[in-house]
Amino acid sequence: MSTTTPTKVHYYVPRPSPYPVMLSLALFFVAMGVVLKVNALRAGPWSILLGAALLIYVLFHWFGNVIGESESGVYKSWEDRSFRMGMVWFILSEVAFFAGLFAVLFYERNISVPHLAQVDPGFTLYPGFTAAWPSAGPHGKPFSVVQPWGIPAINTLILLTSGVTVTWAHWGLKTARRSAAIIGLMLTVGLGVVFLGFQAHEFYEAYTRLGLTLSSGVYGATFFLLTGFHGLHVTVGVIMLSVILMRCIKGHFTPDQHFAFEAVSWYWHFVDVVWLLLFVFVYWM
Amino acid sequence: MNAAHANDAHHEEHPSGFTRWLFTTNHKDIGRLYIIFSVLMFLVGGFLAMLIRTELLQPWLIIPPEVYNQIITVHGLVMVFAAVMPATTGLANYLIPMMIGAPDMALPRLNNWGFWLLPPAAVLLVMPFALKLFGIGNGAIDTGWTMYAPLSVQGGIGVDFAIFAIYLMGISSLLSSINIIVTITNMRAPGMSFSKLPIFVWSWLITAFLLVAVFPPLVGGVTMLFADRHFGTHFFSAAGGGDPVLWQHIFWFFGHPEVYILLLPTAGILPHILSTFARKPIYGYRAQVYAFWAIGMLSVVIYAHHMFTSGLPVPAQLYFMYSTMVISIPVALLFFCWFATIWQGSMTFETPMLFALGYIVLFGVGGLSGLILSDAVADQQYHNSYFLVAHFHYALFGGPVMGIIAATYYYLPKITGRMYNETLGKWHFWQTIIGFNLTFIPQFFLGIAGMPRRIPDYALQFTHLNMLSSIGAYILGSAQLVLVYNLIQVLRGVGKKATAQVWEGAQGLEFTVASPPPYHTFETQPVIQ
Ligand code: HEM
Ligand SMILES: [Cu+2]
Repeated sequence: MSTTTPTKVHYYVPRPSPYPVMLSLALFFVAMGVVLKVNALRAGPWSILLGAALLIYVLFHWFGNVIGESESGVYKSWEDRSFRMGMVWFILSEVAFFAGLFAVLFYERNISVPHLAQVDPGFTLYPGFTAAWPSAGPHGKPFSVVQPWGIPAINTLILLTSGVTVTWAHWGLKTARRSAAIIGLMLTVGLGVVFLGFQAHEFYEAYTRLGLTLSSGVYGATFFLLTGFHGLHVTVGVIMLSVILMRCIKGHFTPDQHFAFEAVSWYWHFVDVVWLLLFVFVYWM
Repeated sequence: MNAAHANDAHHEEHPSGFTRWLFTTNHKDIGRLYIIFSVLMFLVGGFLAMLIRTELLQPWLIIPPEVYNQIITVHGLVMVFAAVMPATTGLANYLIPMMIGAPDMALPRLNNWGFWLLPPAAVLLVMPFALKLFGIGNGAIDTGWTMYAPLSVQGGIGVDFAIFAIYLMGISSLLSSINIIVTITNMRAPGMSFSKLPIFVWSWLITAFLLVAVFPPLVGGVTMLFADRHFGTHFFSAAGGGDPVLWQHIFWFFGHPEVYILLLPTAGILPHILSTFARKPIYGYRAQVYAFWAIGMLSVVIYAHHMFTSGLPVPAQLYFMYSTMVISIPVALLFFCWFATIWQGSMTFETPMLFALGYIVLFGVGGLSGLILSDAVADQQYHNSYFLVAHFHYALFGGPVMGIIAATYYYLPKITGRMYNETLGKWHFWQTIIGFNLTFIPQFFLGIAGMPRRIPDYALQFTHLNMLSSIGAYILGSAQLVLVYNLIQVLRGVGKKATAQVWEGAQGLEFTVASPPPYHTFETQPVIQ
């Protein structure tokens, strides 16, 4: 292996940065705080508070730093390619995460719950147990499920529409019509917020009217696990979209250099697809 | 010079002292941090192992049983997540950019974050030991590293700490894997095509794919565990329609690929070492790369061989039995290539080579005993006996740990610019081999005779073999102090200066630069012919 004539292309390696290690410290305090809190120790909430404050501080400055670098033009096509691939692999890891959660759903529906009824026909796990999906809650506490063709169907339409609006915004950016991009993003953020509002309402109804809670047996637990994690991702998506919106208004991004915008829109589409699967397998079928 | 580059690390000397290590974006600094952290954690895990063997030296209780359970659990978690994984990740960070002619890792700040998540995670893991001393909680996690429900649902505060340690280590692994994938796909020097990629780089690429695929579901799983513990869900409890075996599926979907995540990077470094000291090119480069792919893909679909006794239906047991046996084919292919690489070579036996050969022998025993365990019928007897413990120690110490030690000796002169003490190295090797076999051969017999794992006390007929095993463990443990002494001597600058070439037969870009390499190796990329 011999080396000759070095190339002259330059890759941007950032200077030493205090933010990563601070972010780790923030997560440490949050993690410790949560553990102490759930074990009813007094220091818990303080530790969470400290961690969260540090977390927000760091995210603000780290992203500020990156946006500054981006605007000063140090990221060329080589760096851009790294960011794109990084984002793709991050989304793939999220795919693996949700695939795991869906596998849990299918395992329960098709294997473990039916199996519980096969052990011994005379055996009842608890009064009112049926080996059907949705299975009744423990101790036979009744609950009803969220009807798919009400709010969930509307939410499906909302997210699908938001997928269209974000694509429209992207197209606006690419054809150098900033106002279209800004309006598109505003609509997307708005739709995201409405979705979250509906979802919060649905959770509230589930708890107060339907009797469907985290402890309504394996159905309730799985329902909230899947929809809850999805809701969390929508929340993160809305925050990121808002940042992008702000940057658009400030005049960042050019028709051919707008990685951050694209990354967030990929993420948004991913969250969209997860919702479709949720709608089909959790609410509908 | 472009004005925009004024912020760039290349044109700036790094800060000195403490903040250099905290804030660094340099792949070599981060690689060294990983390796140092890993050595420290090996010492922690090793100390716990000595405690375990001291308890088992004789058949009565020295350590309270509940503390014993905490010790074995933290030993396992520390060794897997805080010792072996950081060691291979550290090697990746240090070596991959040099091996492929890249200016640095692709995402340097995230790289730094990936490392600095680990010390907090390790602290979370062991902190409950300390909290107990202040009367808070009942000590560290005590469920075994597999954290099976329902025990882990009922356990104390230590389980919560472990769950959050897994979150942090999960983020860390994902960051480093994504970084490694992007670096390998985007940062290669011109001419460094995939078919020229050093085998170590290939092995890490596949390892990183595996991590991206299997770590996220575990993160979901521990979240469900946390919810079962504190939010009234019934994922792992039949009382609410859930299933404790579901945890086993989630855990082993991660856990089995994880053993290959530990193994593959060292199986990648091995051919480099063998070829250097046999002074022959690597035999079967393509075959080995295909074997890595096969192992990587198979490992996610054979995981339930860890669950033969948990009531899987017979067709499932048969499937997992045969598929597990199939994975030994690509593994055997690797062995064939290793043998062929040294076959008729003009070998010399410097310390790295000794450890590499030791790897082949010990890991060979690990793989063969794995084949015995993969027989679903026989496994009813072997499962959770000391036979299993012996198997995975041959596989994990014999493979990854031996490989890490071999790589350490091999690259130490490159990293530090100093040769280590060869006599001490040889001493380390022979003491390790003798100690290791003395520790674990008796455990095969103990297992066949019926001694179960994870017990602090045992029936009297197991006494003699256990005593032998403990004596072996002390020999093995003290051997590692020889390594630590040798490392410290090298870091103090004792020993002769290493040349750029270091080893007569060494090949690869990393041996074209000085020892130690300049802070930024390839500011301008080389062109590979
Ligand atoms: C041809 C290769 C291999 C085969 C066929 C094999 C097979 C098996 C089987 C069937 C078990 C489960 C036994 C039981 O629970 O009763 C097992 C356990 C285990 N194996 Fe392997 N194995 C192989 C290689 C490896 C490698 C390369 C590693 C690590 C680097 C490894 C680490 C482990 C560990 C840690 C366990 C025990 C986990 C626990 O229960 O705590 N094995 N192996
Ligand atoms: Cu396995």
